Amino acid sequence: MHDKTQSPNAVEVRNVCKYYDQVEALRDMSLDIPRGGLTSMLGPSGCGKTTLLKIIAGLLPATSGEVFVNGEAVTGPGPERAFVFQDFALLPWASVMRNVAFGLELRGVAKSEREAIAEKCIADVGLNGFENSFPHQLSGGMRQRVGLARALSVDAELLLMDEPFSAVDEQTRRKFQEDLLNLVKSQNRTFLFVTHSIEEAVYVSDQIALLLPRPSRVSEIIQPSGFRDKDPDSIRRDSEYLDIVDDIWKSLRSYVE
Amino acid sequence: MKNRPLFLKILSGVLIFGAWEVAGQIPVSFAFPTFLDSMAALWVMTVDGTIFVAYAETLKPLVVGVLISAFLGIGIGVWIGLSRKFDWLVSPLFIVMQSAPLAALIPLLVMVYGIGLTSKVFVVCIMAMPVIVLNTGGAVRNTPASIVEMGNSFLGSRLQVIMKIIMPSASPIIFVGLRLGISAGFIGAILAELKITPTGVGDIITYSRSIADYPAMYAAIFSIILLAVLFLNVLERIETVLFKGINKGLVPD
Repeated sequence: MHDKTQSPNAVEVRNVCKYYDQVEALRDMSLDIPRGGLTSMLGPSGCGKTTLLKIIAGLLPATSGEVFVNGEAVTGPGPERAFVFQDFALLPWASVMRNVAFGLELRGVAKSEREAIAEKCIADVGLNGFENSFPHQLSGGMRQRVGLARALSVDAELLLMDEPFSAVDEQTRRKFQEDLLNLVKSQNRTFLFVTHSIEEAVYVSDQIALLLPRPSRVSEIIQPSGFRDKDPDSIRRDSEYLDIVDDIWKSLRSYVE
Repeated sequence: MKNRPLFLKILSGVLIFGAWEVAGQIPVSFAFPTFLDSMAALWVMTVDGTIFVAYAETLKPLVVGVLISAFLGIGIGVWIGLSRKFDWLVSPLFIVMQSAPLAALIPLLVMVYGIGLTSKVFVVCIMAMPVIVLNTGGAVRNTPASIVEMGNSFLGSRLQVIMKIIMPSASPIIFVGLRLGISAGFIGAILAELKITPTGVGDIITYSRSIADYPAMYAAIFSIILLAVLFLNVLERIETVLFKGINKGLVPD
């Protein structure tokens, strides 16, 4: 590891503005994402959270301002970042194995090597036995596991997840959230997560950045501390969990039509 | 019934050819032979080999034209799909080509390129290329944005994104365009032989008509339709095998 990774923040967003034609999506946004664990960006629709995530990913250029990942300015996608897409973005003609290994394939990793890595990532997300299935044969939740495994396979320090569970049904989502908690614990990486679900954000996050719209800004940063080490089943009944969910709703409710 | 589709296909064939036979028996016109007479004429041509000699001639502009249209058409189509500017520049040309009254333009082609193979290849290309180009362009342009974004985010080069994401994603529709283009090419090849110089199957049609041998004329027309249908069927088979996975589509959920 080079010493740039020693800076305490994985991501630093500095005065970022973003316009789509004449429409302002972000105004003067600044935010620090600490290294390790899972940070979520939570906010009502229209607060620019997905836009900000895509700017961090290098998929969208900022109109002004800068984003630093590990101290280096972002000018485009980079090997230290991997993206998990809201609509999964799987190749329908490729098997689970090829989809998971696709990031490595684009990097020119040899077939046997990338399939060995993909094999392990497929196991990490609990999809053993589906290596040769095709996306249309999988449920929504399993497809997103493929998307997650693909992001894990490229060994990026920073995983950017754009509302990864919003296209997944409620029960699958709960299971997925529990699995995500274990994954965050077992992997030494930084997860940055966009969601509009308050419960989801509080349940999975080490740190929550609350984004408000018009103009987009970070209104507060919440760090739940008490229940993080509890077992996943009891978190939803923890009083701190419930209080935080309540507080967040109080700050957001006036922004929701 | 187990073989229902096959049964229906045979039934539809019997109905159409039956109607042809009846219409020929009435007869609706002196110049309209019965189905059986036409088949007999086709049999004679097959046995004495004239039909094969004719096709050797007809297939020349057809194969050359279709190959040019396929490679050039897909190439131009991909470019159109990738670049807005090129789309604006080039697409109108193919839309005009597609709707132009080709038969009226043939004298112009003959003046420029003479009565040889070149003009005939041109006619085949004008028929086949627009649909291939426009289908390819549309398919490439409509590649789901999220898988292209995925390719970029995983550091795919422009070439990798085109070859590994856009082309496979567009290929089923490109293939449909190819199929439509080839069937238009068949029409073009016969049109060229009727309008430029009578050779091959076009010669059989023109000559038989001039000596009022209508069964032979219809036999030649029938044979070209049969060939086109058989060829397109083979292409469709290839398509099903090639795109087994893709045809399931991009099911979002």
